[in-house]
Amino acid sequence: MAATPPRTTAQPRRRSPYPWLQPGVFIGSLAPLLSLLWQWYEGMLGANPIAQAQNQLGLTAIVFLMAALACTPARLMFGWTWTARIRREVGLFAFFYAMIHFLVYAFLDLGFDWETLLEDIAKRPFITVGFVALLLLAPLALTSTNGWVRRLGFRRWQGLHRLVYLAGALAVVHFTWRVKVDTSQPLTYAAVLAVLLGVRVAFWLWRRHTR
Amino acid sequence: MNQLPPEPASSEITPEPLYNRRREFLKNGALLAGTAAAVGGGSLWLVGKRPPADQPEQPALPALGQTQLLGRFDTDEPQTSYESVTSYNNYYELGLDKGDPIRNAHTLQPRPWTVEISGLVAKPQTIDLDTLLQWFSLEQRVYRMRCVEAWSMVIPWNGFPMAELIKRVEPTGAATFVEFTTLLDPKQLPGQRSPVLQWPYVEGLRMDEAMHPLTLMAAGLYGKTLPNQNGAPLRLVVPWKYGFKGIKSIVKIRFTDTQPKTSWALAAPSEYGFYANVNPEVDHPRWSQASERRIGDTQRRKTLPFNGYGEQVAGLYAGLDLRRNF
Repeated sequence: MAATPPRTTAQPRRRSPYPWLQPGVFIGSLAPLLSLLWQWYEGMLGANPIAQAQNQLGLTAIVFLMAALACTPARLMFGWTWTARIRREVGLFAFFYAMIHFLVYAFLDLGFDWETLLEDIAKRPFITVGFVALLLLAPLALTSTNGWVRRLGFRRWQGLHRLVYLAGALAVVHFTWRVKVDTSQPLTYAAVLAVLLGVRVAFWLWRRHTR
Repeated sequence: MNQLPPEPASSEITPEPLYNRRREFLKNGALLAGTAAAVGGGSLWLVGKRPPADQPEQPALPALGQTQLLGRFDTDEPQTSYESVTSYNNYYELGLDKGDPIRNAHTLQPRPWTVEISGLVAKPQTIDLDTLLQWFSLEQRVYRMRCVEAWSMVIPWNGFPMAELIKRVEPTGAATFVEFTTLLDPKQLPGQRSPVLQWPYVEGLRMDEAMHPLTLMAAGLYGKTLPNQNGAPLRLVVPWKYGFKGIKSIVKIRFTDTQPKTSWALAAPSEYGFYANVNPEVDHPRWSQASERRIGDTQRRKTLPFNGYGEQVAGLYAGLDLRRNF
């Protein structure tokens, strides 16, 4: 009888069925930043590059936030499981772009003028809600690791991370209040958000009903 | 004869398990690249900015006399580049993004063009624009332009004082306001197909504002025919007011005794008033008007009352509460 082959010292790592998924999403998610830097360098951002960069970064943050919020509905509706593997990554990119959006505003637009910054945040509702959305995303980014899920316990961690729904809503309100008259683009994102949250509610009700 | 090439060093030999999985590596590499391209392409499609359009060379203004030295109303501040002045525009009839008007400019046909002068006026008439322009000698005015969105430019306009036109058509004593109307033609101004504002665009001035020597009817800028995206062939320039008062592509000038219902004031009465005088003290409800970014600058600068023309125009508003009449 042949002896069982000697095991290697390391535990055999369970390989992801999609080893390309996370690095692919990571590289692709850098595209908006790289494109912005390139356009800036080439002078392609137009006559008011700071305003253009602010707008592009803000919109990128919203797009990534919506993509992160789409992961669960995609699983519920289509049975996709791979979306759960990239949800954290996409959410972190949403925070990353929201943060640069804010930094461009604070440093390049206002030029370190903290007094005006605080006044803006306190006095101008569209800036207040945008800032609150960013503040809500910060603890979620911080506690996005597996370690924090364990430390908090899944239930509590999940409860905390439901703040993302509020952050998404505030981000869309921020966008809507910011435009001068044409609200078609922000309202499109509001509709997307409504669908993404609506799917969750519908499944929750359906489960309660069938249980 | 039968010499073999030297064997590769053992360190260069692909380990067997890796060799066995070479197809998998190729497949995963391709999937990784595909994922990156899909995510990158998708996000750029959603947030990217279209590159600026090339613009045709504008012909020089035929009726322009020699460019004089700085006149008494001119600012000697550095002028905003021709490229910025003609590629960063708010002209919603040609698109909502600042870069849209230059891209869609070709749809507007600035000739032939007539202007209808009507209302409380002794000489109402519909006049061909080229005839109208021959009535006056075009002068250059280097004015600051402050947009309500808190950015500004310095633009050398070419035009004639509105006052000269008014004197020529002789409004009656009852006329207290002038109302201006933009061309209404969705074929030429495709933005008029979407109802973001009430079309056609309407602006107005009080008679004394219209008669003020600073108030200009512009037919050109930088010594060239006015580009379409800047409001060809004839536009209003009122340098102490926010830019939206400077109505573009004018087809009607009507003298009236009631305050005209202006487009922005109709669209958002709490945010945009009839007067729209530049005023750092009165904020837009959603943003501050205390400072502005001059296009081309990185630092913001303080906004001046009446956009720095207070000495000339503040007297027009003596006794008027500028906080209420914003």
